Amino acid sequence: MVDVSAVRDGRQLAVPDETGHFGSYGGRFVPEALVAAIDELTEAFHQTWDDPSFRGELARLLRDYTGRPSALTDAPRFGEHAGGARILLKREDLNHTGSHKINNVLGQALLTRHIGKKRVIAETGAGQHGVATATAAALMGLDCTVYMGEQDTRRQALNVARMRLLGAEVVPVTTGSRTLKDAINEAMRDWVANVGTTNYVFGTVAGPHPFPLMVRQYQRVIGEEARAQVLERVGRLPDVVAACVGGGSNAMGIFTAFIPDRGVRLVGFEAGGDGIGTGRHAATITGGSPGVLHGARSYLLQDENGQTIESHSISAGLDYPGVGPEHAWLHDTGRAEYRPITDAEAMAAFALLSRTEGIIPAIESAHALAGALDLGRELGAQMSQPPVILVCLSGRGDKDVETASRYFGISS
Amino acid sequence: MTALSDALAKARAEDRAALIGYLPVGYPSVEVSIEAMRALVAGGCDVVEVGAPYSDPVMDGPTIQAAAEPAVRAGVGLRDTLRAVSAVADAGGAAVVMSYWNPVEHYGVARFAADLAAAGGSGLVTPDLIPDEAGDWLAASDAHGLDRVFLVAPSSTDARIASTARASRGFLYAAAVMGVTGARDAVGDAAAVLVRRVRAIAPQIPVCVGLGVSDGAQAAQVASFADGVIVGSALVRRMLDSPDAAGVAGVRALAEELAAGVASRRR
Ligand SMILES: Cc1ncc(COP(=O)(O)O)c(C=O)c1O
Repeated sequence: MVDVSAVRDGRQLAVPDETGHFGSYGGRFVPEALVAAIDELTEAFHQTWDDPSFRGELARLLRDYTGRPSALTDAPRFGEHAGGARILLKREDLNHTGSHKINNVLGQALLTRHIGKKRVIAETGAGQHGVATATAAALMGLDCTVYMGEQDTRRQALNVARMRLLGAEVVPVTTGSRTLKDAINEAMRDWVANVGTTNYVFGTVAGPHPFPLMVRQYQRVIGEEARAQVLERVGRLPDVVAACVGGGSNAMGIFTAFIPDRGVRLVGFEAGGDGIGTGRHAATITGGSPGVLHGARSYLLQDENGQTIESHSISAGLDYPGVGPEHAWLHDTGRAEYRPITDAEAMAAFALLSRTEGIIPAIESAHALAGALDLGRELGAQMSQPPVILVCLSGRGDKDVETASRYFGISS
Repeated sequence: MTALSDALAKARAEDRAALIGYLPVGYPSVEVSIEAMRALVAGGCDVVEVGAPYSDPVMDGPTIQAAAEPAVRAGVGLRDTLRAVSAVADAGGAAVVMSYWNPVEHYGVARFAADLAAAGGSGLVTPDLIPDEAGDWLAASDAHGLDRVFLVAPSSTDARIASTARASRGFLYAAAVMGVTGARDAVGDAAAVLVRRVRAIAPQIPVCVGLGVSDGAQAAQVASFADGVIVGSALVRRMLDSPDAAGVAGVRALAEELAAGVASRRR
């Protein structure tokens, strides 16, 4: 099915096609046991997306519960370090639960209620998607189980406690690399066994169709708001839109509204870890190759046998060896660019935003901030006017205080 | 006709279900896993499902994961899998590979089909590839005369059972319990119900059932309604308990018990 809402909006978003393909990417590489459930989900998604009462309920929750529209904040003192660029922050960190993840989760939780299931499961890396799912489950009276890599339960302990306070069961996953990739495997296994009663609330624009489409549609509100806010504030479109890319949901959220604006550069920043050359990174598009992981064809980090390689990043939310298929498509078509940011660069930007603007960002978002510093300096040298750079500040750094304190040697 | 189809036809001619034994390549080592597969053939398995280890096996439970994980870490891949296929074929067994899709795609679908046929393999079982996404594999398996085994589940609609059966060759794999692989204590009626549905929709294709069979009595029960009984985790358990010659002997003993169970049920 063509993305009818986009066509109706007059936008040329002809992807994905009816079977969930973005060119050769996407699709459904899933056990047959799940096909009936994802067919049902796909149909329910399309039906409710076109249903004014469902959309009205979602809009009401986004406004009254999440606090949308999120603010757009000028960051002039930070911008001084970006070659004098005008940096505008889209403040997803101010959402209830502290990140963009809630936008998607409220949509999928309403959808779960619509199809009559009483239990939700989710994977989580940084814990933000898990917290958002636990929150929506509490709000709507659903049972909730969250799978989280054991390594992540340690580096994001605050979010584990939050999920448990919200009444969710958190299952530490001890297989494989004990991070997000393995949490997704465990959640899939749960779903295969319990698909009759359980809906899988997926946290990013990866996974089998319809998740890349559905999560993008629930997240596109970020860019729709930001586009109007930038036009009003600056009087023109931004030169660049920057976002961090783990699975890619906050990036698709902010990119989508700008895709038809050919003059606007879209840049996704992947987790470069210790540096691409070291092999210890999570920069899937920069350092990976096409293949199939977690239900879709996209870029992934893989070895010569087609086995997934463990990723590395200081940021739990970006520590994933795959990426959503639409990003693979945007990369191959040249509509978006993808660049790596190392742990060290991200942490420097983390500290800089904290001290220049009084905003402690999530370490994930700090990758986009570091990218904006680079872009500002590059563009500043090329342009006569200071460039306008819109950055998706996808989340707040409360969950990262311990990691950052250790990194910077700050004692509490 | 592949060796697989011959084996299923032979079992049918003997008025019994076929026995299909699964083991992953590379646990505890490639050599010992190949020994264990030869033991399956010697113990009476008609078909060996040669498991390619994969880093993200979403259809597998803890038992198969426990054997596959070290194999992945040791760098075992499709080249070793093809070596195991040759060994099974040389031992007189019919070999089908069971692989998640990405290793095959990464190897090259056409190249894999050519190498699998050259190794004497009969075909491929694809737990995370549905016919909807299988264009390259349908073409390559046709080009090399290979069987392609897709799965159906209790949740499959009649329309999907029909289209999946049409795309399949060799047999249809009925994953008869909703959930991952693993030995189970009881054979529920979901399996018999699923097989009955498949037979009504696609009477021509053999239906083999995998659902966590762990002993001869359960094998006999499944053999009473299916064309083939697939056993995996219980065999893998023998190797996990004793990853050496004693484990191989245990695999052979269990294969003999299962074969006797299957043979006890004339149809
Ligand atoms: C604040 C924040 N930003 C970004 C991400 C990465 O996810 P995505 O690429 O889907 O936006 C996460 C994931 O946990 C996150 O918590």
